Amino acid sequence: MSQDHSALFPENLPIEPEKATLEGQNKFFGLWFFLGGETVLFASLFGVYLALKNSTAGGPASEDLFGLGLVFLMTMLLLTSSLTSVYAMYHMRNHDFKKMYLWLGITGLLGIGFLACEIYEFAHYITDYGFTFRSSAFGSAFYALVGFHGGHVLFGICWLIGLLIRNAKRGLNLYNAPKFNTFSLYWHFIDVVWVFIFTVVYLMGKVG
Amino acid sequence: MSSITATNKRGFGAFLWDYLTTVDHKKIAHLYLAGGGFFFILGGLEALVIRIQLIKPQNDFVSAGFFNEMITMHGTTMIFLAGMPILIGLMNAAMPLQIGARDVAFPFLNSLSFWLFFFGGVLLNVSFLLGGAPDAGWTSYASLAMQSPGRGVDFYIAGLQIAGAGTLMGGINFLATIITMRAPGMTYMRMPLFTWATFITSVLILFAFPPLTINLFLLMFDRMFDTAFFDVALGGNTIIYQHLFWIFGHPEVYILILPLFGLFSEVFSTFSRKRLFGYTAMVFATMLIAFLGFMVWAHHMFTVGLGPVANSIFAVGTMAIAVPTGIKIFNWILTMWGGQVTVNSAMLWALGFIPSFTIGGMTGVMLGSAVADYQYHDTYFVVAHFHYVIVGGTIFGIFSGLHYWWPKMFGRVLNETLGKVGFWFFFIGFHLTFFIQHFLGLMGMPRRYWVFLHDQGLELGNLISTIGAFAMAVGSTIFIINIVVTAVKGEKAVADPWDGRTLEWSVSSPPPYYNFEQVPLVRGLDPLWIEKMEGDGTMPPGEPLDDVHMPNGSFLPFLMGLGFFVAGFGFIYQTDYTMAYLALYGGMAFAIGCMAVRSVKDDYGYYIPKEELQKALEGEAK
Amino acid sequence: MNGWMGKLRTALLLGSVMFILSACGRDNLTALVPKGYGADISMDLIILTTVVMTGVLIVVMILFTIVLIRFRKKKGDPVINPEQVEGHKTLEAVWTIIPIILVVIMAVPTVLATFHLADDTDAADHINIDVTGNQYWWHYDYQNEEIATSQDMYIPVGTKVYVNLITSDVLHSFWVPSLSGKLDVNPENVNTMYIEAYEEGVYFGKCAELCGPSHSLMDFKVVVVSEEEYEQWVTDMQDFDSEELELDAVAQEGKELFDEKSCIGCHATDNQNYSAGSVPVGPDLTSFGDRSRFAGYLEPTKEELVHWIQDPETLKPGNLMTGSYPELNDDEADKIAEYLMQLKPSEVTAESKED
Repeated sequence: MSQDHSALFPENLPIEPEKATLEGQNKFFGLWFFLGGETVLFASLFGVYLALKNSTAGGPASEDLFGLGLVFLMTMLLLTSSLTSVYAMYHMRNHDFKKMYLWLGITGLLGIGFLACEIYEFAHYITDYGFTFRSSAFGSAFYALVGFHGGHVLFGICWLIGLLIRNAKRGLNLYNAPKFNTFSLYWHFIDVVWVFIFTVVYLMGKVG
Repeated sequence: MSSITATNKRGFGAFLWDYLTTVDHKKIAHLYLAGGGFFFILGGLEALVIRIQLIKPQNDFVSAGFFNEMITMHGTTMIFLAGMPILIGLMNAAMPLQIGARDVAFPFLNSLSFWLFFFGGVLLNVSFLLGGAPDAGWTSYASLAMQSPGRGVDFYIAGLQIAGAGTLMGGINFLATIITMRAPGMTYMRMPLFTWATFITSVLILFAFPPLTINLFLLMFDRMFDTAFFDVALGGNTIIYQHLFWIFGHPEVYILILPLFGLFSEVFSTFSRKRLFGYTAMVFATMLIAFLGFMVWAHHMFTVGLGPVANSIFAVGTMAIAVPTGIKIFNWILTMWGGQVTVNSAMLWALGFIPSFTIGGMTGVMLGSAVADYQYHDTYFVVAHFHYVIVGGTIFGIFSGLHYWWPKMFGRVLNETLGKVGFWFFFIGFHLTFFIQHFLGLMGMPRRYWVFLHDQGLELGNLISTIGAFAMAVGSTIFIINIVVTAVKGEKAVADPWDGRTLEWSVSSPPPYYNFEQVPLVRGLDPLWIEKMEGDGTMPPGEPLDDVHMPNGSFLPFLMGLGFFVAGFGFIYQTDYTMAYLALYGGMAFAIGCMAVRSVKDDYGYYIPKEELQKALEGEAK
Repeated sequence: MNGWMGKLRTALLLGSVMFILSACGRDNLTALVPKGYGADISMDLIILTTVVMTGVLIVVMILFTIVLIRFRKKKGDPVINPEQVEGHKTLEAVWTIIPIILVVIMAVPTVLATFHLADDTDAADHINIDVTGNQYWWHYDYQNEEIATSQDMYIPVGTKVYVNLITSDVLHSFWVPSLSGKLDVNPENVNTMYIEAYEEGVYFGKCAELCGPSHSLMDFKVVVVSEEEYEQWVTDMQDFDSEELELDAVAQEGKELFDEKSCIGCHATDNQNYSAGSVPVGPDLTSFGDRSRFAGYLEPTKEELVHWIQDPETLKPGNLMTGSYPELNDDEADKIAEYLMQLKPSEVTAESKED
């Protein structure tokens, strides 16, 4: 049994370090398929939400609750964070470890900002309107969909923090490059889902 | 099974530890087969209880409540804990070999998939000992499931959630494997049909399981946290549950049958010594079936009152599936046409499949006719139909596959005589049990009936059905005896006992742990056959001899499964006892902690030096 | 659809009568001998699809048999390498196109029938019965007639009767196989269908959606009577007043016990306090003495009734009556039974229509 792993740590990294190894390719495809499954997961929740959004059972309805200002801010935060993660990947391909870390850090901060807004939003609904996931079928469906997305953001932030701490002193190599790349893909995905939530839940809820 | 004898020399502890930590797809296949086999026996016993209860009118062999637990657990066990795991076991055993790969894309995840299935299944069945199993049917429709007292349905939710997560990971794993790890020359249109079926089934798993996950979440929240998804008083809607369930449930039946379509293609082709007839058509028919499988879920809901437009669309869609399925049946027959058909046990099961599955498909089209379905729906006609496809297709296929790949998996050939005797018991018992049920349904016997009443003309049919069930039990028992007999004094298998056509027959039985010293070069469909006809009968190498990278084994998947298992208990009992939160958070923290360890601790795997491979190659040459 | 189909059906029915169990199941229960409009339409499609698909099965089996006879390797045959055929375009096209044609042949009548049966535009011109499914009994509220009853549903022969289905608890499914296909009984919306019986008689009804332990005991009856009898029955039901019944001493005591033991709290015994749309907690007992079965499946004898009153759990596991009233001794149960057996509002009964 040989334990020589020098192939993972070459002097000069290839242009796409995230896809240079079989493991990296596997991770890339694996994550794409995972996101395919996640799409169906959210599609199911969207379906449930659309079916139940008018079932308020006398409780507050979407027009009464939503304020577009805050939601717009959240959208901006998350969209920007998607952009910053693109910068991070750009620097990864240029093998600039420090700049990649910087942009990933900003991505994480924006994500935390988003999450803080969401927590504030939920707290606002609960304390000011008494609107909980027990209020009505609409309440259940709303918190399920938006909360599920929020949970994904939270998971993403934890993932990112773990990645950043673990690899802080190691620099970029063929072993960890795919890990950064998969995180970035995941982060784009939850951003896209938010765009749909913004449209279907908030815009249509306020206007439609 | 041959490894059992080896065990005694190495000691049982080492053997156990080996299996608890393995990430080798071949050993994980053994685990899946053992786990799935165990649950198959359990589900079979539950079936016998059902049939004994229905042997005569107004029987009181079991109580009404227990009967409902039996039907629920029989269905759930057979589908989630027996059928799918055995199939995933066969995929694990054969697919990487068929594409010339050394393992799957994510060996660690593969092991985790298994342990999640295992612990999910155990959690589900532990409910029997803890105040009652789930009793709202395997579909667990919202209104009844919400009202069901006790914790049974919560076990159903937690168990399936854990097992389902494992299945989803398995699907992703196979997809990535087939895309990135095919041997040189193994293009998509040269892949064996079983590999194709694995690929397409994995797509189905990937897109079908998330709706189930969501559905179970909604049900869990309604039952435990008083949300209102299905609470009509608060605007909830139980039909949503039915939709989500069948958006999962219909593709699920294709998940259960498509891998066997692939397998039968291999078996017919191998034992007719002929190339598969219409390979391209077979591949596209499989894809079409999978695609249509997502489009027809509401045919399970014709009587829900969706209206004539929805019913018509789904009726026509359902009937359309008959076309690609028909293509397959005819292609199989034409594969045998002009060939030299050897009838052994593996082939016998495959041959038995053709009439059985054709009848199942025939009643499937009949069920697709919405207005006719107003009569069939939720009667024994439906019970007969889905047993004709799931037993006549999936179970026949599993038996065929086990006979076919047993030598490859365990290094011994299953006993032919026992194989054939077992087949005939099972085959005759199967038709005895289920054919009559078509008529019972139309004669007015709804499914899930604890008793049928006196003097309603249902006595004789039910008696025949019960007798058939026992014949099936005898057939299954003979198969188990066969396993034991083979393990004790079975004939040692050569590398290629069936004069096979695909890559798995080019390596020894059982294969070395790294599968191929050098991954083979594939020159066409049925690569080994091509080499037998045009080459020297061995696969040419597709790469120079070099060190082989292998993954390290790990105990973490087992521990993670255990963590979720404990957390599952916490979930189930947190509404009853505050202490349960300890289990919930403790189990979760443990599982996530293991995940963190896995993430943080680098695992580069190890290399097999080429000298060792060289030695193995020379050994084979001798 | 009825010309040649009719003849074919006769032939097939005769065939299947000889073929299987020398019968198609119990009369007025089996869907194989339709006696109502919906069941008839379903039967036409059942026959059409069975004939087409049996044709396919026969073709498959013939080819299959030929293959096994001609190409099977016999003992002692030398191993040969047959020609490796890739496929055959024409053949493959044939077994793609012919099934498509067959599917169209089955799909068109299916779609037509689906729309035909779903047409309920004339509902207002016919009798409408609001049916409520309950664990494990059925309640019928006759719109515009100011009467309600449970378990035995009386309808006139030869005319459409609309049933509007909803459940008060879990899902059920309303199925009278000989008269019509089934329709689910949902908690969130009313499902409507009609039944039209060709002949007078007592028809078996079943619950076809798992609804709990006694799902299999949730039987009911549809009593089909003549138009005049139906009118008579409605009038009798409207006029019946359990307070004015002439009872013997035992039954009179039973009636008092019925009030005293709080049976009356859940069970109505006449339609004097009828209010439209309300569903009682327990089955309406107005025509209890006329029931063909009680508790869904029990013979209407006094012994059975006493047993039921004292121990409903054994006879119908999971029913909601168990434990909701004080325990009754033999004597009390006997008296209540005696009283209930005398709740006979009408001459028009299920018994008069049974074979």
